[in-house]
Amino acid sequence: MAETKKDQTSTHKIGIYLWIWGLLFVLSFFSYMVDWYNFQGLLRWSLILFFMFLKAGLIMAFFMHLFWERYALVNVLLWPMTAIACFVGLMVAEGKYTVFSRLFYFFVGGA
Amino acid sequence: MSDLNLDKLPGGFKGMSEDIGSDQTTFKGVNWGKAMMWIFLLSDTFVFSCFLVAYMKVRASVVEPWPYPSEVFALEMFGVPVPLLLIAIMTFVLITSSGTMALAVKYGYEKNRKMCGWFVLLTAIGGLTFVGMQAFEWSKLIFHDGVRPWGNPFGAEQFGAFFFMITGFHGTHVSIGVIFLFIFARKVFRGDFDTGRRGYFTTMKSDYVAIEILGLYWHFVDLVWVFIFAFFYLW
Repeated sequence: MAETKKDQTSTHKIGIYLWIWGLLFVLSFFSYMVDWYNFQGLLRWSLILFFMFLKAGLIMAFFMHLFWERYALVNVLLWPMTAIACFVGLMVAEGKYTVFSRLFYFFVGGA
Repeated sequence: MSDLNLDKLPGGFKGMSEDIGSDQTTFKGVNWGKAMMWIFLLSDTFVFSCFLVAYMKVRASVVEPWPYPSEVFALEMFGVPVPLLLIAIMTFVLITSSGTMALAVKYGYEKNRKMCGWFVLLTAIGGLTFVGMQAFEWSKLIFHDGVRPWGNPFGAEQFGAFFFMITGFHGTHVSIGVIFLFIFARKVFRGDFDTGRRGYFTTMKSDYVAIEILGLYWHFVDLVWVFIFAFFYLW
């Protein structure tokens, strides 16, 4: 992530924090607008996830200073989280199968 | 950290493999407390992920329709129901407090006692506002709408259990964070981090890095809310 490594005690300019802060407000506003305009289906989910990951990334990278950390720490944190995201995806797919088999056996009786 | 010149170490993945294989501390230039806070936050991520996995799985597999959050969490304003109004305000309050915390950390680095203290205090007040609004939201759902962990008038019965579990766990984190923010605001104003006064539970000298560690926790609370807002309220 970071090409320029900074000493731990060095400070960053206040502008970067204000920029990220403003961006978080704008992104939150946009994700609220997704609900306000009542988007449905794939558009809704993809927009929600897009704004969510953007906000989470901004908070972690700049507010939590991960952008300025060395790779040893960044990778220890991000790979388990990536694995979790895959796990959530797997379980959603599994849930679709569960509801299918529930409906199938409740109403068709297994045929 | 003074004997370690991070600029001379290689960066990127090469730096990572050298850090890990250095037979010395792995997280170079990272205060031990900060590393431990990160490890704690990672484990806390696992806890919240358990809730998320369970919630997504149940939500995807219930046969009854899931309550539509946009209507469940709507507030009447001047006789018109505004969807997710309170949740939107809560989100903005939490982001605001996250921003003030980031500034507190910045002024902590600069050893600017007054500004750091004020921003920590401001963050605490923001967090307290958030908890207050959440209490209002809970009481409205419980007493007005009759939502219970075992049932609710809107749809799938599992809704209440997941709502109280997930937002309750997050609210607990916020409350603990608020308590610590108030304690640390007092410590900053008292000058603990300038004089290196020793803490109550430890003989170690206080340092402004504590503010950054506290900031990590607070930003994490905000981070979790980003996911709750997306998956629970908007989904």
